[in-house]
Formats: sequence, C-alpha cells, structure tokens
Amino acid sequence: MVAIVLNVNGQMRQAEVPPDMPLLWVLRDVLGLTGTKYGCGIAQCGACTVHVDGRPVRSCVLPVSAVGNAAVTTVEAVGQTPAGAKTQKAWLELEVVQCGYCQSGQVMSAAALLARTPSPTDADIDIAMAGNICRCGTYPRIREAIKRAAKS
Amino acid sequence: MTLRAPPPLIGTAGVEVVADRRKVLLGGGLVLGFAFAAVKAHARSTDQRVNNAGAQPVSNKDVADVAGAGFVGFKPDAFIRISPQNQVTLIIPNVEMGQGIYTGECMLIAEELEVGLDQVAVVPAPPDEALYKQPLLQFQGTGGSTSIRGAWEPLRKAGAAARVMLIQAAAQGWGVNPAECHAERAQVLHLASGRFATYGQLVNAASRIPKPQQVALKDPSQFKLIGKPAPRIDTPAKVNGTAMYGIDIMVPGMKFAVVANCPVLGGTLAGVDDSAAKAIPGVLQTVRLPNAVAVIGEHFWAAKQGLDACRISWNPGANAKLGSPALWADMARVAQAGPGAVAVQQGDVAGAYKGAKKQVEAVYRQPFLCHAPMEPQAAVVHVTGGGAEIWAGTQVPSRAQAFAAKVLGVAPEKVIIHNQLIGGGFGRKLETDYIEQACAIAKQCPYPVKMVWTREEDMQHDNYRPMYLDRISAGLDADGRPVSWSHRVAGASVTARYAPPGMKPNGVDPDAVEDAAEPVYGVFPNMLVDFVQWHPPAGVVVSWWRGVGPTHNIFVVESFVDELAHAVGKDPVAYRRDLLRNVPRARAVLDRAAQAAGWGSPLPARTGRGVIVQKCFGSYIAAVVEAAVSDEGDVTLRKITTAVDCGLTVNPTLVRQQLEGGILFGLTAALWQGITLKDGRVEQSNFNDYRMLRINETPPIDVIHMSTANPPGGIGETGTTAAAPALTNAIFAATGVRIRELPIDRALLKKGAKPQGAAVLAPLGVAAAAALAQGLAAKAAEGEP
Ligand code: FES
Ligand code: FES
Repeated sequence: MVAIVLNVNGQMRQAEVPPDMPLLWVLRDVLGLTGTKYGCGIAQCGACTVHVDGRPVRSCVLPVSAVGNAAVTTVEAVGQTPAGAKTQKAWLELEVVQCGYCQSGQVMSAAALLARTPSPTDADIDIAMAGNICRCGTYPRIREAIKRAAKS
Repeated sequence: MTLRAPPPLIGTAGVEVVADRRKVLLGGGLVLGFAFAAVKAHARSTDQRVNNAGAQPVSNKDVADVAGAGFVGFKPDAFIRISPQNQVTLIIPNVEMGQGIYTGECMLIAEELEVGLDQVAVVPAPPDEALYKQPLLQFQGTGGSTSIRGAWEPLRKAGAAARVMLIQAAAQGWGVNPAECHAERAQVLHLASGRFATYGQLVNAASRIPKPQQVALKDPSQFKLIGKPAPRIDTPAKVNGTAMYGIDIMVPGMKFAVVANCPVLGGTLAGVDDSAAKAIPGVLQTVRLPNAVAVIGEHFWAAKQGLDACRISWNPGANAKLGSPALWADMARVAQAGPGAVAVQQGDVAGAYKGAKKQVEAVYRQPFLCHAPMEPQAAVVHVTGGGAEIWAGTQVPSRAQAFAAKVLGVAPEKVIIHNQLIGGGFGRKLETDYIEQACAIAKQCPYPVKMVWTREEDMQHDNYRPMYLDRISAGLDADGRPVSWSHRVAGASVTARYAPPGMKPNGVDPDAVEDAAEPVYGVFPNMLVDFVQWHPPAGVVVSWWRGVGPTHNIFVVESFVDELAHAVGKDPVAYRRDLLRNVPRARAVLDRAAQAAGWGSPLPARTGRGVIVQKCFGSYIAAVVEAAVSDEGDVTLRKITTAVDCGLTVNPTLVRQQLEGGILFGLTAALWQGITLKDGRVEQSNFNDYRMLRINETPPIDVIHMSTANPPGGIGETGTTAAAPALTNAIFAATGVRIRELPIDRALLKKGAKPQGAAVLAPLGVAAAAALAQGLAAKAAEGEP
C-alpha cells in the first residue's frame, strides 16, 4: 500500500492503494467514480477508457503508479472539454445509446479522437474506435455521431 | 433508480418540448446528473467512494415511496402516481436494458394521460406478480419481445382512465359538464370559463371518483406522442457517467467479492488454502461455497489478487472428461433414435416426399452461445436481521426475490429488490444465479457485499443458448413448391428447465419449434415438425438468448428455403415471393428490402447478396446482407438492408435501434461465436477468444420502416433472428458454399476448399422420421404418455 495523489477531473484526490492496482479500480472502488466501466480487464473492450493528459488509455491495464502527475479525465468531467461536450451532444441527437454500458468508453475514445483530429475520416474513426466493443450494436450511429460532432 | 426530467420549459407539443429540453440542458452545461436529479442523494457518509459517486440510488426509497402503500396522492392503478405537487411518476412494468422500454412504455401512458414526457419521472416496478405480471409471459418478466405487445392496451387504458377521473373531478368542482373540459400537459382546462387546474390540485377529488370500467382510447390519428421519434429519456445519464447499473452501486461500509466458480461445469469445491491471500493488503476474508470460492476485499483489485493467491482444489465430478465432440455425438444419437414429440403433423409426408419431383435434405448445427452482456454479472447484497436488501439489475424481479429468499432462508417479502439499469440483457438477466450467489456470499459476511464476476467467470459460467441439431427435408413439385416438409428439431429444452408448465403435454417445447412449426410461408400441405429433447449433462445449463427459439429456427428454415430455390434454379427472392403469394405483409417487406438492396444488380467476384423473410414476435421483416469472401475465406460485410412491418409503432427510433443492434448481435454470433467444452471446462474466456464485431467491421445498415395499422409487433429480437441466414445465404451466393453449421468455418470458404463439416452429416431419412412420429402418435392414441 502506498499513499498516492492523483489529479482526477481537475481535483487532487488521495488514495491508499497498491502501486500495481489498475487505475480503473482506483477510480471506481476507491474514489467512487463509477462512470468508468469494467468490461474485460485485458484491454480488449474499451469500456474503461479515460484520458491521461488528453490521450485515451485503457484504465483496466494501467497501474495507478504509472499515472504520476498526469491529468486524468473521466466521463464524469469530459463534458467540460469542447470535444467532450460536442461528443455528448451528438450522441444524444443521433440517439446512439442503447444499454449504455459501453458508452462511457465510446464517448471518451471519440472525444479524444475529435480533440486531436477535428475532421476525422472513416478510416480515422475505424482506428480510433475499433478498440471499443458495443454489444448492443450502436456502431453505425457512433460513426454518424462523430461526424455530426465534427461539424458542430 | 428514478429518472425524472426538470419542469416543463416551453410549449405544449410533447415531442418538440423534449427536444428543446435537451438542447437547453446541453447548452446550459447542466448535462451532469440531470436525468437522475430526483434520485435521492444518499446521506453523506465518511466513505469517499460513496460521496463522490454522485446521486446514489442506495435506498431506492423513491420506488417504495411511489409504488408502496404509503404514497399520498392520486394512485388510480399500478402504474400512475400523481402527487399534490403535480409530480407525475410512472411505474414502468418492464426493465430497461437498452431496448428503450422506459421511453416506450412512458409514451403509452403519457399519450392517454395527457402529460408530456418531460413532465414524468420513472421508477422500475418492484417485485409484485399480482400487479406487474406480463400479460403474454404470464409472469413478471421482460423478454421474448413481449413488452410493447403486452403493454399496448393496458398502459393506454390506465392513462385514459386516470385522465377521465381527473377531468371528472375538475368538472364536478366547477359544476360544469365534463364533456366541456379537456386535459393537456397535466392540467384540466375549461376553455369556456377560462378555468384550469393542475393534476396535482385535483388528486384528492380524483381519488374519490370511481374508476371507469370502460374507457375510450384515442384513435391512432389523434396520437400526439405515439408514433413520433421522441428522444429516449434514459440516455442523457448514459453519456455523462451518472447512470447507475447494478455493478455501480455503492453502499456505505460495502466490501467487494470476486469469485472463482469450479472451472469444470457441475464440479464442486474440494478445499482452499488461503494463507497467501490473507497476506495481501486489503484482503478481508475467504468465503467457501459448495461449488465456488469468493475472496472479499476492500476493493475489486484486492479481492482479485487474493483469489489469484488462493490454492484451490476442485472435485471435477462426472464432467471431468466432457468435451463438445461427445456432446454432439450424443445429441445426434438421441435425435436419430427419437421418438419426436409432434408439433405439427398433417397429410402424408412420406408419400408426398417419395412422389415429389425433387427431394432435398439437409442437417444444420448451431452451437452453445454465451450472452456476454457488456456489464459482467454483479449484485450488491446487504443481509440484515431477518432479511436482505439487494441491488442488481434483473429481468425477473419477483423470481429474483423468491430465489434470493430461498438462499437466505427467509420469506420473500423480507427481501427487498432494488432493480437497476441493466448493461445489456439478451436473456442473461432472466437468470438469477448471480443474485443467488451474491446472497450466499453475503450471508457469511458482516457487511454489505458487492459481488462482481470477472469477464472470464461471466463467459465460463453462463447458462448457455442450447446447441441444436436440425434435420430437414422437402419434396418439391414441378413448380419447385414444397409438397412435403419434414423438420426434426433436437436440442436441450430451455422451457423444461426454466418454465416447465410451458411444455406441451406431449413433450414439445414450444420455444424450440417456434417458427419451425409455423413458418412465415404457412403450413405446407404435407408437413411434420417434431422435437426431440436432449438432456445435457448435469452442470451444463441452457438458457434464453436473444431471439430465443426463432433465432435457431429461422436460421434453419431460411437457409433451407434458399437451398430449395437454388435446387430448382430459381432466384431466392422470386422463389420466396411465390411461396408468399398468400402472405401479403411478408411479401411487402420482401419486395421493399430487395428493391432497396439493389437485388439482382451486378456485384464483384466472390461477393453476394443473401435474403431472408420472417414473421416472428408479431412482426414481419425481410433482410438482405451483402458480403464478400476473400480467396483466403475471410468474410467482409458490405451492406445490410432490412424492411420491417411491426404494425403500429410507438417510437420509430427505438424500432430502428433494435433492428440495427439486433442484426449486428446475430451477425457477431454467426461470424465468430460458439462455446465449446474440453475436459468439462469452457474453452473461451474473454473477448480475445470470444470475438465481438467491431466498428471497422460494421457495414452501413438501412432500416426501412413500413408502418401499418396492424397491432404492434415485438422488435427487440427480430434483427437477431434475421441475421445469420441472411449472411450465410449471401456467402452461398458469393462462393457456392452452403454453410450449415455456425459459427461460420472460414476454412470451408477458401477458394477451392472441399465441402466438409456439417454439410456431410447424414440427414435423417424423411420416411424414418415420419415413421417415428407416427409410432408416437399411435402410442398417444392408445393412451400411453
Ligand atoms: S475493461 Fe479495460 S478494455 Fe475492457
Ligand atoms: S450500448 Fe449497450 S454495449 Fe454499447
């Protein structure tokens, strides 16, 4: 156990956890930020995607000790970024969501894509989003929503 | 969990108001937490994880408040509650698992009650068979694409009766004729005198009005909400992380359990040495169950590390050497031996077959499938003196309550179920095993416990969609039409396990033959469909899976009809059109889908289109899949077109979503999925070896929604049932290879590959099948079981 300080959603948060504990479980079970989801634990599904210094990462395989001083943004706060807000708005306008369990991760991956590639091509979308599984099959709407967000 | 929208902002036309509400909220930076604004914040505890999770449905007092006996206000029935403060709360009988039913069922009530979707709060129905029994399923459950079909009349009638009572209450108070009043946006108005009253102001007076026995429902032409693409009410909270699923629940003082079930299905725990686990920081205790070990920790990670450090020994039991090839062999033996329980029998099947111009036979095989919803199984249980509180998502609240009570050894009414949003159901949450196991663990713990299954446990300890073996044959006349049709279904019976009273007295499982006994084409002149129940070894449990019986049967029937078309050299669309000459709704969707898909237009080499048409869950659907097959046998989906006639539609957005998602769910399974056993263990473990379709593999989907005035049909599973045969028919068109076994074996699709696999299994002779069935019928006539 070590005492760590994390910069999460603009706040400094403390936790007493093992250094190899994945960031996902620190967020969910220690800090109570349950918007970030567990789907596979092996970097296969993207449900756990958060931003670390703006880059999308799979928090289920990122040891919390590797985060250091980097800024962690979760789905609870991504709406405060321009790309995150655009993404959420487009998601609702195009009715992307079904069960919603994967959508935290989808929104995070899409917001990261739009932040660095404001007008993504279909190929850009494929590359950025292929790591996010949606069991409800919302992919066609995700693609359209990213394009809508890019135009807004 | 409660969903509640903010007060109305503008206007009176429901749909537009809701759309504007979203815009305003998003523009105003109020995204976080709005839909759950009414969820009572849990009393602040010293637990930072609880405080920071935002709105907490910990007590779900809202459900008890509005659905319970203590509610003060107007409660004309099981579904509607109106408080003196004019808060309208709707108790939704079905569970929200992505299909949009909170929105759809709200619309049914709101339409007749004359309230806007922006004016209502929603709570899930508590366990109560008397009040919330699903009319089609005959138990409190959500499944089988029955929700809207079952709710269509009762919920509108509930809304209409309540509105009539509220109008009458207002008219009495004003001393005017009720016919001069009307209701609008939760108010009663008397335009002639300019008077109005909110529903909240009328709750006492309305409560004294007797409930009308008969109410007139609106003609569809008068609908304001129904039929419009109203925005879903559950989704804003699902894009900003505030939506709570069972796995997200936090209760003060709660600890976390991670479980290892005996890896051999049906095996038991022999012993566990947890000394290494105890040394891991954050590990609290080990719980031993007859067939599993759970380690409890301060968080999932500690519990998981602790579990991994345990040295567990198992008694594998009778399934120690069990493997899929042996299961298939056993099922084939049983299928061949029969006897089959007759679902449909008419005419002289064997004679007509013999005398037919052409005979066609085939055998199809479909694998065990796991549900793998994105949310792994999870439940929070707090055992208190003499009872328990449970937070979990379930499709069957009262069944969950009863089964949990059994594990806990208490009366069902001592168990409080707080139902939660479900992160994907697909049938998985018709089961209650995860809730029962969480109860068994929590019973041994002095604190509330959240049990979370790893993805590996979820996949390896599911209750699986049955494997099926179908032998089918047809005799065709000079026009290529079937004059003899014989179909033997063999497989484990989900009905017999899950709902035994649903079995037919003669042993037919109606689910296993659904849409085989009554194909969309109607009953053929000489026809035999029978069912042989195969009993899997104890420990191998079968369950409902999206599309239930029709998923399996439509693959068989629509593949076989395609085979028949090709056998007589006819175009698959033209052949089906001919068979459907007396089924206009089916023909209409077929024509529409074929036309929109560009049926018949040229395609590149090794690229083909496959078509299916189906009637299931009360809806008619045709689908065309366009796919390309590489020389190496890789399959690429190019385009999906589907036309749907599901009758009167509540919300077209939901229909489209379900069609799109349902088709992709079925294609995913056809392309990659099959659960196999080796040494009694499930060989697949996670998304790396149980593949899911991804966005880069998903083609455009065109859903053509043909609204008709027929009664509403089910929609949640229809895409899934359509998917596999449309794809394998496309593969045949592209390559000439007939896929008769799922998932699709790419080796068969390599350029120049020899046909093998299921295609070479010897079909059961139709005469033999008929003889078996006749033997059974003769026995039945003699009074034998
Ligand atoms: S939970 Fe991290 S990628 Fe699946
Ligand atoms: S919306 Fe259900 S898994 Fe994506």
